[in-house]
Parts: sequence; structure tokens; C-alpha cells
Amino acid sequence: MRSPPIPEMATQEVQLSETLAHLKTESDTLKGKLEEERAKLHDVELHQVAEKVEGLGQFVMKTRRTLKGHGNKVLCMDWCKDKRRIVSSSQDGKVIVWDAFTTNKEHAVTMPCTWVMACAYAPSGCAVACGGLDNKCSVYPLSLDKNENLAAKKKSVAMHTNYLSACSFTNSDMQILTSSGDGTCALWDVESGQLLQSFHGHAADVLCLDLAPSETGNTFVSGGCDKKANVWDMRSGQCIQSFETHESDINSVRYYPSGDAFASGSDDATCRLYDLRADREVAIYSKESIIFGVSSVDFSLSGRLLFGGYNDYTINVWDVLKGTRVSILFGHENRVSTLRVSPDGTAFCTGSWDHTLRTWA
Amino acid sequence: MQEQQTAFATFLMRYSPLEVIVVEMQDPKSGVTGSEQKLNVTTIPHVFAGKDIIAWIANKMKTPPEEAHVFGTMLVAFGYIYPLQNHKMLVMCNDTSLYRFQVNPCFLRNQLTNVFDVVAAIYLAKRNIRKKGMLEPYEQAHYNHLHKWLNHKWDFIVMQATEQYKAGKERKKPDRVVFDCQERAYWILNRPPRRTHSAMDCGPERLIDPNEDENMFYQQAIMRSKVKSSVSLGALVKYITTYKTHDPFLAPCQPSNPWQTDNDTYWTLNMRGVDVPTKMRVERWSFSLFELLTDLRGRDDFKVFLKKEFSGENLAFWEAAEELKWGTGSSMSAKAETIFKTFLAPGAPRWINIDGRTMGLTVKGLDHPHRYVLEAAQTHVFLLMKKDTFFRYLKSPVYKDIQKKALSPETHNFSPAQLEQNAQNRSPGIHPIILWQQEEEEKAKTAAASAPVDVKAMMSKIDRKK
Repeated sequence: MRSPPIPEMATQEVQLSETLAHLKTESDTLKGKLEEERAKLHDVELHQVAEKVEGLGQFVMKTRRTLKGHGNKVLCMDWCKDKRRIVSSSQDGKVIVWDAFTTNKEHAVTMPCTWVMACAYAPSGCAVACGGLDNKCSVYPLSLDKNENLAAKKKSVAMHTNYLSACSFTNSDMQILTSSGDGTCALWDVESGQLLQSFHGHAADVLCLDLAPSETGNTFVSGGCDKKANVWDMRSGQCIQSFETHESDINSVRYYPSGDAFASGSDDATCRLYDLRADREVAIYSKESIIFGVSSVDFSLSGRLLFGGYNDYTINVWDVLKGTRVSILFGHENRVSTLRVSPDGTAFCTGSWDHTLRTWA
Repeated sequence: MQEQQTAFATFLMRYSPLEVIVVEMQDPKSGVTGSEQKLNVTTIPHVFAGKDIIAWIANKMKTPPEEAHVFGTMLVAFGYIYPLQNHKMLVMCNDTSLYRFQVNPCFLRNQLTNVFDVVAAIYLAKRNIRKKGMLEPYEQAHYNHLHKWLNHKWDFIVMQATEQYKAGKERKKPDRVVFDCQERAYWILNRPPRRTHSAMDCGPERLIDPNEDENMFYQQAIMRSKVKSSVSLGALVKYITTYKTHDPFLAPCQPSNPWQTDNDTYWTLNMRGVDVPTKMRVERWSFSLFELLTDLRGRDDFKVFLKKEFSGENLAFWEAAEELKWGTGSSMSAKAETIFKTFLAPGAPRWINIDGRTMGLTVKGLDHPHRYVLEAAQTHVFLLMKKDTFFRYLKSPVYKDIQKKALSPETHNFSPAQLEQNAQNRSPGIHPIILWQQEEEEKAKTAAASAPVDVKAMMSKIDRKK
């Protein structure tokens, strides 16, 4: 029995690498052309446009509530649409629903896994979703009865092949969007647990996502360890825009309130603003003295302020238009791991590795 | 000591700005001024006071002392500097507390070195020893890559590999074989050679060639319409200017921000079902149709206007299409059928007036309904409302009426004693689950009230009663 002749295999290998090389050259040419097209339309910088805008005054932002109850690092939080309740999750597997205004704990669930990295409040206020190292996203319907065992009604919705990094309900309680360490995002039907759409394109773990607030509501943005921020069409599963200007993992992405731009926060210690219509990065929020990564970002209601939670335990507040830092807030005794502005913009909440959550206003 | 320090400095130079600063801090001329610590009869050199370190940072980075303090704490938290007293408290104190710089690279918690890579390197180095340099090509390639990437740690890695190799030799042969197989299987799974089928086919080493898809993506990106920066940035500025007075961080909430005064009147006045909304809320409805529809109280007011114009079917269709899009998979066909009968069928009771082509496509799509089947029709209807109906609403007596009636609450002026009181008596509000149940009941009532009357059923009911 003769083995296949070696030269034949070698030719195949050569052909394959030639095709790959050809594709690579084509890719580089196209990339260059895209940059050219983008540059043609780039007629003004953000800070130039911002010159005519009034400067901001002094800010007095303080911790208004400190929520103590988690036994370990707080990893994620989300607001309820009622503007006062929140859900938070931590490393010890506990998910707690609080009325942040009164600081009362209303519900507590213990997940079967540790490192619950993602949690979300349903739009109706009647359920919460969470997940982490169990590679799943589960939905827990909430109850008015404080003694009810919520774990009994738990519904397993999403299944990934690696950890769940973020989750979010869409416009209703019936669909959940998830991102995972397996490099994909996915849209799920809650009732049946069916996968409705999956989104492939990231070359490494996807760490964060945010749904567009627009009237069409059909797109979302995701950020990953491949330093890319991708904008996706929920209907087709296609990546419609991609931005790769960060120098390290993107930990957080958040849409600008109008839906025409989004901000990102990364381990490279910068926050950046991307304009979707001009298809380019338009601002970098950084300072020489800030060298620790950003874990989480969110905009104030008008979009003028960008709040960033950092790994050096602080919160930096940026003037989105002028690119300057307007305030630095201290208080947490360990990394700020999550930050969200409340639905009516009256406050923002931060969660930290110091086991607490704080609301600021 | 000098040699070690230079080697250390070189090792650091490859890495982050943080580590560059740490090196600068130790410069004998321009760095932090050090001194000696007397411990019984021993004198320990190279000690630094916390306040000196913080002052140096503040000066070098031109930051306020508080920020420099935070930076100093970071250096301690990450092990670049360690405290000599209270060594369990990994913070920097802004006083005469003493600190030293961590010099031994093995004790540095270098965030940038992937621990997994170090473990992989130790494994390959061990195999290299066993196979006497004859690694498989993919292993060799990986070994070379790690050797370059972790060059500074290589002595440590080889030392660990040698230790493990020696310990392995001392195992009984059958145990050794099993262990080796297990270890090898682990590495084949986690660092598969090229062209191996792995269930974990992800990451930059994966088999699917991203280049092909990439080129298509770039072509589409080039063709996609883009807007001039001046236009899009101008729009961002316009948005900010429009919403400036509505942003609680930029302008005070009326009557007061509940988080600041512990009084939740602001939330009560802005609830879903209020009779009379506030002036700010009514103003916000005028910013865009999206704002008007997102605020359910605004949507109600819009519906009052549409009823007067006898043109409520567009909004009703839009709402039904939203329910289909965001609803459960199982309810889709039933919803699609109801929508067809109510809005799209010829002679339907709430027939919507959309162009022939869109109507044709939509009706055809309803044969096999999916959640986006009504997308084209919904967009058409939304644009119609946005460009025409919305503006007529803003000029209508309905809107002007609600503008006049709208409340303008007076700013709260609580004394410190009152604020204390407020803090003791924070209102629990209404639970969202209760509100949700109320809303669902309302929706069911309105749906029943506005459903098209089935004449046949009514006639047969009357007949049965006779």
C-alpha cells in the first residue's frame, strides 16, 4: 500500500497559502479604501464643534446610598424601569433585588455557580435574568410574596459554551440578548429557550453589549477582548459596522441617548466615542494620570456627561463634547466593576469589588 | 543588588506606562527621596515614606494630592511597593509610614503576563527536556513563540519544568504514563495544533478563515452611506442642547431630586397613569415622535388626538407590530393572523393605508410569519406618523390644552431638620409588579372595547335569548 506522494501534498499546501496570501492583500486594499472613504467625509473634529457650546459648571455629586449585603465582589447591576429598584450580582453566586431608594433588600437568589457576571432587570419589572460561570442565562420571575422561593420558578434560557459576560432584555420580557466568553452573542426566546439568532465575528471573548435606543430598535453593539466594537443587525445576524481603535480589551459599551453614537471603556485606560453615521471614532477620553482600565461607562440623560468606573477605585466624569474631565469621585474601596445611570437620569449606581453598591446624585 | 536592579529595570521597560513610572520613582537622582530604617541593630536601606511617595507622584503627574494618593494605593495594591509596617493593609498612607519597592520579578503581580501562557510554557519546556529537543512541529512553533514572549521569565520557567520533570520521574511507571496522557490531552484540547477538529474552535487560532468574510464586510462598509462629520457631530450637539434642561445632572429636577432630598414627589408626579403631567414632561413629548410614543402617558395623549381625527389605525397597527416583534415565538402566528384580519385584509375594519408594493410584500410574507414580517409596513407607518401626524398633533388643540393644564411644581426648600425627617420616612412607592398587573388589566379592557364587533355572533346571541 503506497502512501500518497509527498510532492502532491506540498502543491496543495502551496496553493492554499497562495489563496490565503491573495485574500490578505485584497483585505488590506479594501481596508485602505474604507479609510480613504471615511477620511473624505471627515471635515471637522468634535472639539471644534464643541467650541461654540457653553462650558459646564462645578458638580457636587455625592454618594446618596450605600447598599451593603453582598458577601463578595459585586460584578454587575441593572436598574428597574421604576427608577428606584435595582438588581445586582456578585462573585459568591448571590443575586439581590433592592429598592435602592429605601435600601431594602426585596429578594435574594443564590445561583448554583459563582462569578455571576451578568444580570438584568426585565422591562415589566416582574423578572430578572442572570448568569456567569454556569455558561447559562436564567430568568427568575419575581414575586410580591417575600417568602416565596424564587429558585423554584427559575427558567434556563441561554446556553453558551463559555461564561456569560453580559445579558439584556430587549423591548419586552420575552427576549434576551446575551454575550459570552465563547466569542459569540445570541438572541433567545425566553418562553421556549430557543435560539433566535446568533452573532459571530468577534475573535475572542465578548465582554459587553448594549441595545440601541432608537425607534427601529434593531441593532446592538458589542465589545470584546479582540479590541473590537461591533454593531450588529438583530434581524440578519450580520455585523454592520466594526471599530478597532482600542489598544486592549473593551469592557463596556453604551449607546449615546440618540442612538447615533456609542461610547466604550477599555483596559487601555481610555474611553472612546464612536459616531455611527460618520463611521469613525470621534473622541478619546484619557489623561496621563489615569492608567488603570475602565470597567464600565454610561451617559447622563442628555448625553453631555460620560461616567466611567475605573479599576483604580475611582469614577471619572467626562464632558463628552469638550473631551475634558469635569469631576473625579472617590468612595469605593476596591475596583468599580459596574456603573449604570438610572432610567430617568436622576442618579447613577456603581458596584464594586468592595462588596457594596453606591448610588450617586 | 545593582545588577539585579538594572535587570529589573530592563524587564520592566517592556511593559506598561505604570511600570515605567515605578522605575522612574526609584531613580537615585530624580526619584523619591529614600532613607534608612533602623530595626533593632540592623539598618535597612531604600525605605520611603508614604507622604514623600505621594508628593512625588503629585508633582510628576501634576495631579491633586487626592488623586496621587489613589495612585499610590494602586502601586501598593498591585505589589510594586510594599508596606513595612501593617503589611496586611495594602494601601498607601499619606504620612511617615514606610514602604519599599518590590524588586524580585517573581513576586510581581504582573497583570500583563497571562498565567495560562506561563503554565503552557512550563509544560512545553518539560516536554522539551523529555524529548531531548525533539518536539512536534506545532509544539516547537508554540515553544518558540512563548520563549520570545516570556523571555524574561524563562529561567523561572525552565526551573519549574526541571522540578516537574524530576518529580515525574519519581512516579511509578503506570501512573506516569496515565498522567502524561492526561496532560497531553489537556493541551491538545486547549492549544490545538492547526487543522485539528476541536469543539472549542474559537479565538484567533481558529480554523475558519476570517479573511473571506472580512473582505465582504469591507466591501459592504465602503458602499454603506456615510455622513459628513460636521453633520453627524452637529446632530450630537443638537441633541445635548435640546435635552440640557431635562438632564438631572445639568439642571435641577422639579420639585427636587429624590436621591438628594429623600422625597419622591418627582416620581409620583411623573407616573404612568397621572391625570395631569408636568410641563417638562409635556415639553419632552415635542422633541420627537419616539419620545412621545416611549412615554406611555404621551402615547395616551396622542391617541386622544388621533381619535378626534379618526386616524387611530396607524398607531394601533404600529403597536400590534411591536407586540409581534418582541413577543414570544409561540404567539406569533396567532398575532399575525389577527393583524392581517384587522389591518391588512381588503375591507378590514382598521385598514391601514400603505403603498401597494409594501402591502403586497407584507401580505405575502404573512403566509410564513416571522418576527420581522411586518418590518416594512411598520417603518412606512411610523414614517407617515413622524412626518405628518406628529406635527399636526403638536399644533392641535389637544396638545395645546395639555400644555396649559400641565403642572409646574414649586422647588422644594427643605430645612436640614426636614431633610432628616425625609430620610427617616422614605416612601416605598408602588411595587412594579402591581403596576404591571394594573396595566395589563387596562390593556385587556381597551382591547375588548375597541375590538371590531362580530355581527353574526351578536345576532346569534340575540336569537338564543329570544
